Amino acid sequence: MLNDKQILKLEEIANEIRQDIIKMLLEAGSGHSAGSLGMADVFTALYLGGVLNFDPKDPWKKDRDRVILSNGHICPVWYATLAHAGFFSHDKLITLRKLGSGLQGHPHYRELPGVENTGGPLGQGLSQAIGHALAARMEGASWRVYAMMSDGELDEGQTWEAIMLAGKNNLHNLTAIVDRNNIQIDGFTEDIMPLENLVDKWTAFNWSVIEINGHDIPEIIAAIEKAKTIFENPTVIIAHTIPGKGVDFMEGKFEWHGKPPKAEEAKEALHQLRTLGGKIQSEHQ
Amino acid sequence: MKLNPKLFDKDVETVPTRNGYGEGVVELGEKNKDVVVLTGDLKESTRVEEFAKRWPERFIECGVAEQNMMGIAAGLAAAGKIPFVSSYAVFSPGRSWDQLRVSVCYSNLNVNIVGAHTGVSVGPDGATHQALEDIAITRVLPNMTVVVPCDAIETKKATLAAAKRLGPYYSRFTREKTPVITTAETPFEIGKAEVFADYGDDAAIVACGPLVYQSLVAAKELEKEGIKVRVINNHTIKPMDVTTVMEAARDCGAIVTVEEHQVMGGMGSAVAEVLAKNYPVPMEFIGMPDCFGESGQPEELLEKYGMSVIKIKEAVRKVISRKKVI
Repeated sequence: MLNDKQILKLEEIANEIRQDIIKMLLEAGSGHSAGSLGMADVFTALYLGGVLNFDPKDPWKKDRDRVILSNGHICPVWYATLAHAGFFSHDKLITLRKLGSGLQGHPHYRELPGVENTGGPLGQGLSQAIGHALAARMEGASWRVYAMMSDGELDEGQTWEAIMLAGKNNLHNLTAIVDRNNIQIDGFTEDIMPLENLVDKWTAFNWSVIEINGHDIPEIIAAIEKAKTIFENPTVIIAHTIPGKGVDFMEGKFEWHGKPPKAEEAKEALHQLRTLGGKIQSEHQ
Repeated sequence: MKLNPKLFDKDVETVPTRNGYGEGVVELGEKNKDVVVLTGDLKESTRVEEFAKRWPERFIECGVAEQNMMGIAAGLAAAGKIPFVSSYAVFSPGRSWDQLRVSVCYSNLNVNIVGAHTGVSVGPDGATHQALEDIAITRVLPNMTVVVPCDAIETKKATLAAAKRLGPYYSRFTREKTPVITTAETPFEIGKAEVFADYGDDAAIVACGPLVYQSLVAAKELEKEGIKVRVINNHTIKPMDVTTVMEAARDCGAIVTVEEHQVMGGMGSAVAEVLAKNYPVPMEFIGMPDCFGESGQPEELLEKYGMSVIKIKEAVRKVISRKKVI
């Protein structure tokens, strides 16, 4: 268990990652703001909360845990978190979406240390994660696989093919983390294509389901740790998040799914994030 | 060239090319513990039953879900496995093409995809199940290797070679029994076309798949008419053996391509791309003429859609006449 000081430190890092995201998107002039900001706490908890086996100096070591990002469009949060975790220089972040950069607009397999898969066209990541999980099982290896997913990509048929297979094979070394932020490009998920009841759906496919507040770092860490103790079947953590988290004019707005801030908006966003704006819930404030 | 000595006999042995795949993966299974086989509810049809029986821990039954199957194969390959994705070509790479493009090819992963039941000779199942586009949609993808073996023996050799080759690999098979053209001694190397007959330099037939047999028969019959042609087994569509194709164009000055696939985007198109740039000569294309197939017997369908021995001979005469005009 982390102590209060450690938790506060992680919250500060998540806030720094959010500021990185704003700067990266402003510089790139395109990209996806809402989901990237919304998942900053989950990525921080995963990589820096002591739950993941990795070594940034040996990024492809055999026994590492695998993190697969399925909804590749939120890669700014992945790249920024990887930089904070020491996989590559923080200076690189500003090259997002630029010619010749490893920080592709959607992630490309091994283009950067820690980037474990190609992702973007939705619905492909869970299948890739299953491949890693099956390989681990064949080798009797103990590394785990984390599939980072969005709620919007639950519209894709392939996602349910994958959910079905993982359930059939009791892949308990696999944890899916779904960003339940309720938005997709054209609107709210329940208007575009209703997804509820998500808990019942995953349960029916033989998954264990844990629902959490995706902005509560101790809760995120506890859920990831709990999933490691479930040996009957794979686990999905449904992380309820606020898209655009930390920037008041972006929060909960589907219009911010796929666009970057303009200069003035970025200035305001960074101001809010620097001062915390009273947005990040922490008993330590 | 060492070919089956009974090749032109009436009772020439016939075996479905997919059988060679089944034998190939079993041999690989014995040699290499990293070889994994996946199927989408087509274990028997794609001849991977024996592999599944012997190594159940390395066999993944994905159900009728080809998109997921392709993605899983990408993950397995990224984790160091050598997966063989086994289905019908209309489903994989047909339905799973986006996954092949994004999850497999862009990452340049060692995923081997085999598409069974290609061409009109699938027969009675009809057009829905007759893959006639698979060469086009795979060869257009960067990093892909595309191989079309001519018989069961060559299919086995290709399967063994695929496991050693880096990057994504696609190979197509037919459903029906087709003549055994080659022997164990016939050379096979990915990316190396072979001259299977060389009666002379009036024209060259560049063929792939089981229609190499019809091409050889056509060449033999044409020789009796005094038309002397070269027949090339161009099994690797990508990367193309540019040297052998260019030599044929230079020596013969006229080319007929033969494949059981849409003319658009297929092996013939790939040959035309090479020749148009380097050594343009008159060409004729035997293949599916931009239409869907239908139910029928394989030989009826090959006849109706212009891929029979008679049509190959006509194409050779035509291309030679064009050569004289030029």
